[in-house]
Amino acid sequence: MITLADQLLVLVLLINFISLGTSRLIFSIRAVAVQGVILGILPGLIHPFSWHLVGITTVIIAVKGFVIPLLLVRAVRSAEIKREVEPFLGYVPTLLLGAVFTALSFGFAGKLPMLPEHQNYMFVPASIATLMSGFLVLTTRRKAISQVIGYLILENGIFIFGLLLAEAMPIMVEAGALLDLLVGTFVMGIVINQISREFSSLDTSRLTSLKEE
Amino acid sequence: MAQELVAASTLIFAATLLAALSGAPLLVPGLLSVSRGQLLATVLMLAASALGLIGAAVALISGSSEIFQLAWALPFGPAEIGIDPLSAWFLIPIFLITGCAALYARTYWHAGHYPHNVRKMTFFFGVMTAGMSAVVLARDGISFLFAWEIMALASYFLITTEDEKPEVNAAGTLYMITTHTGTLGLFALFPLLNLLSGSWLFPAAGSLTASSPLAAAVYLIALFGFGMKAGIMPLHIWLPSAHANAPSHVSAVMSGVILKVGVYGIVRTLSFFNAVPLWWGCSVLALGGVSGVVGVAFAIGQHDLKRLLAYHSIENIGIIFMGLGVALVGQATGSPAMMLLGMSGALLHVLNHALFKALLFLGAGSVIHATGTREMDLMGGAARRLPYTALLFGVGAVAICGLPPLNGFVSELLIYLGFFQGIQGTGGAAAAAAALAAPALALVGGLAVACFVKVYGIVFLGSPRAERHEASHEAGWPMLLPMLLLGSICLVIGLAPSLVAGPLGRVSLTVLPLLVTTAGLPLQELAPLEMITIAGALLLALISLVTFWYRRRLAGTVCSENVTWGCGYQRPAPRIQYSASSFAGMLTSLFAFVLKPQSHPPEIAAGIFPDRSRFSSHVPEAVLELVYIPALKRLYARFSGVRKLQNGILQQYVLYSLVTLVVLLAVSYF
Repeated sequence: MITLADQLLVLVLLINFISLGTSRLIFSIRAVAVQGVILGILPGLIHPFSWHLVGITTVIIAVKGFVIPLLLVRAVRSAEIKREVEPFLGYVPTLLLGAVFTALSFGFAGKLPMLPEHQNYMFVPASIATLMSGFLVLTTRRKAISQVIGYLILENGIFIFGLLLAEAMPIMVEAGALLDLLVGTFVMGIVINQISREFSSLDTSRLTSLKEE
Repeated sequence: MAQELVAASTLIFAATLLAALSGAPLLVPGLLSVSRGQLLATVLMLAASALGLIGAAVALISGSSEIFQLAWALPFGPAEIGIDPLSAWFLIPIFLITGCAALYARTYWHAGHYPHNVRKMTFFFGVMTAGMSAVVLARDGISFLFAWEIMALASYFLITTEDEKPEVNAAGTLYMITTHTGTLGLFALFPLLNLLSGSWLFPAAGSLTASSPLAAAVYLIALFGFGMKAGIMPLHIWLPSAHANAPSHVSAVMSGVILKVGVYGIVRTLSFFNAVPLWWGCSVLALGGVSGVVGVAFAIGQHDLKRLLAYHSIENIGIIFMGLGVALVGQATGSPAMMLLGMSGALLHVLNHALFKALLFLGAGSVIHATGTREMDLMGGAARRLPYTALLFGVGAVAICGLPPLNGFVSELLIYLGFFQGIQGTGGAAAAAAALAAPALALVGGLAVACFVKVYGIVFLGSPRAERHEASHEAGWPMLLPMLLLGSICLVIGLAPSLVAGPLGRVSLTVLPLLVTTAGLPLQELAPLEMITIAGALLLALISLVTFWYRRRLAGTVCSENVTWGCGYQRPAPRIQYSASSFAGMLTSLFAFVLKPQSHPPEIAAGIFPDRSRFSSHVPEAVLELVYIPALKRLYARFSGVRKLQNGILQQYVLYSLVTLVVLLAVSYF
């Protein structure tokens, strides 16, 4: 089971690179949806069966795999944009940076003082690498929808870290994480709407005109 | 006993929850009409305040304390709430004033007149009440900060009830900035306390030594953070505009209670320490003296009724600080009499100021409701139309001036007696400080009398100065009843201070546990409380006798009406009366060196028939306009380079987080 989990985590890492390297928004959203589904399966592989676990799995697959991607695809369709053009940083440099960060996170995770039973998993490095990829998407892309995607990847990274603690994790923390996601999506939804209404464009760099002088 | 106490705490928790939820039904769309929702919220708030008051009274009378641990998984260790006499003492004004204000608001801010903001106001009023109650119940730094922020944010929304007006928004913004500056201090305070005591829980009273430099830092930061909320000079800048621009019942609660929560924070922090150095007491005493004198001087110069009352809050906070200073000086010099007198004077003044200041703000609200202006120079003769309001406002005015037979006199007398104990005591620095502070307190009292003679004379006596703002109607009973209640409590405390002496002694004991070990003097032996009762009763009898005699004499004579200050002119006009600024002119010019009054004299053109001209004068918020704003402007210019970091590009903001994260990772890696 552990090896299967590790293989799935490799898949998660590869999906990070897909989102870093593609300019097509729909493709990127689908990739993140697949990542969400994988994350939903993971808890079942590493923890013994319990109804609590079933609940978590269902909610995560439903929210991360279907609800949020559907909302995003709809936003993309209604805004009639297909591609992220002119990112702040090109796709190849972003991919390279992503690779560097992934390597660094593996190095860093090895140094962390962890419990012996967590030592051999790929969870921690995968978590940090995903987190960094999310940050990269957030910092390099212009379109508000790309920002949401970056935020989702970031959230996925945090979620992977939480997986190690799923049994010890109090419900409050889970609820907090889901709430976080919800709020994040809402805020971004509002931002998307406001930007496109105010500037008839989804370019977040236009937000600079809102800056107080 | 234990059973009783459980009941007390249950009552208080229930009251807090009830208050927090009182406005919630209004927020559910379509559930209730605004008016019914407001009525429901008023009833719930009254129930909450009844429960809370009973709970606080039971806790005060039983005098023991209880602590509950919250099942609250936070990363900072256990969270605790508890009730002890000090908390219970502050809970009394919290629940009393909010209950009165809630009843008042039902008529004063009726849903029919303010359909747009009544939901917001009612909801946040309950939340603020619950927040204040939670602040005094919290027993660890983290829950304290939570409750503190709930209180601070709820009161922001209350100040900005009428957020369509630009001056209200400006007042709200100023409040927001200052309150968060103060909270920043508290964020530093609790980690420092944690360093001292090794826990986020509040240390037991008197368990920390005050001699270390860390303790001095804790003291100074507490003075800054809590002093900002309490409105001590020179941190008071948010207070006048916030009090003036909030609805009157909100000003009553803000001035009566929220400032006291700041005082509570200081008292609580001071109670952790033993062997307090002398300079702590002297600095608190000095701050109190400055706040008292300068606060009342500013008050004299104001034309806006609510701004004037707001400056009086600063003055009264100064008096409370003077009491605390006496207690601290007593602690430093080992004089239990000074400690007890100062602390109980300060604590009693906390309650008294809450009572009479709320009474005054509610009375001012009634006058403003009837005249439609806050400008005193447009009012006049309100006593004719609002006789009950005038009487009750008069009670509040006498109380705030510290005159017998009302409650302000009792607390100020206790503080005076503390000063005298210091002067007669061991001598040295303590005696010098007390000898310097006593005249300051006397000056404050005298100036307060002058100021309230002005207010009462200009607003209630004489004849109306502007026809448009003639007082039209007496306030309804839901507005008068709270004022009557507050006024009678003022009178009861003023006439029978021995009623509160027992609880006061117990509260002082929880704050200053040293008193138990040294001679535990009862308050009754230190202060002539029976004498106050006798003298007060005699005075009251004399006043009623004179009134009765005057009425009878008046009834028998023929009265003619004329304009006040008509001075024998043939055609006197109401405008000929003394105005608020002319009455205060002499005192304002005496204090011109701090007040910096600005007057715009009329231009009188040469010639036989000069043109129309106008004269105006006002006393600005000198500390804000002449000290803080220029300093901040200079700072702004100096640091304009840093503002390039805030460039409005979302991606760069995220990049800052990323860089921080990478740096932290790298630091922990190597």
